[in-house]
Amino acid sequence: MNGVHDMGGMHDMGPIEYEKDEPVFHAAWEARLFALRRAMGAWRKWNIDATRYQVELVPPAAYLELSYYARQLVAFLEMLPKSGLVSKAEIENATPVPKQPKATPALTAEKAAQLVARGVPTSREVPVTARFEVGQQVRARNMHPAGHTRLPRYARGKRGTIDRDHGVFVFPDTNAHFLGEKPQHVYSVRFSARELWGEQAASHDSVYLDLWDDYLEPA
Amino acid sequence: MTLTRLGTDQAAAGAVALDSGASGNPESRDSAAKATPDGNAKTTGRDWMDTTRRDFLTTAASAAGAAMTGDHEHLHSHDHEHQAVPSDFALRVKSLESLLVEKGLVDRAALDVLVDAYEHKIGPRNGARVVARAWTDAAYKHRLMTSADAAIAELGYGGMQGEHMVVVENTAKVHNLVVCTLCSCYPWPVLGLPPVWYKSAPYRSRAVIDPRGVLREFGLEIPEDVEVRVWDSTAEVRYLVLPERPRGTEKMSQEELAALITRDAMVGVAKVALPQEGTRA
Repeated sequence: MNGVHDMGGMHDMGPIEYEKDEPVFHAAWEARLFALRRAMGAWRKWNIDATRYQVELVPPAAYLELSYYARQLVAFLEMLPKSGLVSKAEIENATPVPKQPKATPALTAEKAAQLVARGVPTSREVPVTARFEVGQQVRARNMHPAGHTRLPRYARGKRGTIDRDHGVFVFPDTNAHFLGEKPQHVYSVRFSARELWGEQAASHDSVYLDLWDDYLEPA
Repeated sequence: MTLTRLGTDQAAAGAVALDSGASGNPESRDSAAKATPDGNAKTTGRDWMDTTRRDFLTTAASAAGAAMTGDHEHLHSHDHEHQAVPSDFALRVKSLESLLVEKGLVDRAALDVLVDAYEHKIGPRNGARVVARAWTDAAYKHRLMTSADAAIAELGYGGMQGEHMVVVENTAKVHNLVVCTLCSCYPWPVLGLPPVWYKSAPYRSRAVIDPRGVLREFGLEIPEDVEVRVWDSTAEVRYLVLPERPRGTEKMSQEELAALITRDAMVGVAKVALPQEGTRA
């Protein structure tokens, strides 16, 4: 979606606010929320692309005003009832509906340690033909899906060169909407800064973007 | 140093007053504080939009939903009208945790493991050890540059949000800078969780269009003849910058070198400095 989250190239967002000796979390609730999202993610009722899309759906004015973890909380509160694991009423009342069987947590302490150490790889060992090769000239497609995409607006319609092939990965545009993983090649594509931003950019600078096969066409 | 620095008090206040991220200036802090409702934990919080705006967003969201098909259509019919912002984040998260634990959906011990890992175990010291090893061991550096996942795993690091790593090297002719313009993608196993500035609108918006200006804001002037490469890590590959080894460190041990290597240098917003040149976080 052409949301405010897609902010590459925007002006006037203010100075970068650097905090010296910044703590990992600024409040205990940020840490608990961080962990709760992973613990609930272990139920596999959603995926990383769906959670990113849910954050993108935070209304634009709120998205810009809220802190990172506040946005995550708003999105999490939206996502939870959709999972069917907990109802909106339960969240509002902070009380479980009575006489329901108690679940067994999907993420134990042991599995949490494994999750940290192993992660959740999104590459796929499936034979998928690469449509492009290293060195090839490509163009990022001029597309504007209303759903989730990882093709930033600033690169759409721009010409670049395939710098490397990262292999096959889950496709966010379908995965975020539970329409399948549609695994395909992801390439690092080099765009010259001038192709993206015009003459104001330094002639030899560049931006590298990791783009899925479906985002690209031959140039 | 030309960067604004948030004090601890201000940051702590921001956590409650909505704005520890994007808006640290006094004006928006005031407006956020004024907008905070009465603090009743049961309230669904203030509405962010007037009716017109809500209607527009509801329509837009429905249109987005209508464009999708499949078994999970309910996930797309978003109703912004009910997308409320809680009034008190701390209280809301606390009651949410209690609810999920009570329902048996979440194990508190698992939460503790996750928080402890990123608060105490995983951070930029990991990345610094990788860099120091690469500086002192040419064969390791070769493995790191060609097969980063395996080379980083040799030192015992890897996992969540670092499943697919690539290392890019700064030289006298090339300076690399990492950003995620769409959200906050960052190589957790080697750098820990990202700082607020990395996730903020000012950095995300300008790093791609004006990297030299951003670097200047961090106190780093990149000569004209040096090529700036920005890595916008919006997919699932995570990038670590291998900074230049400063001159005068030839006799240092790996451990001494690692102590010089900062998080900022491995994101590409700083160079590694000798201690007497002054250090940055």
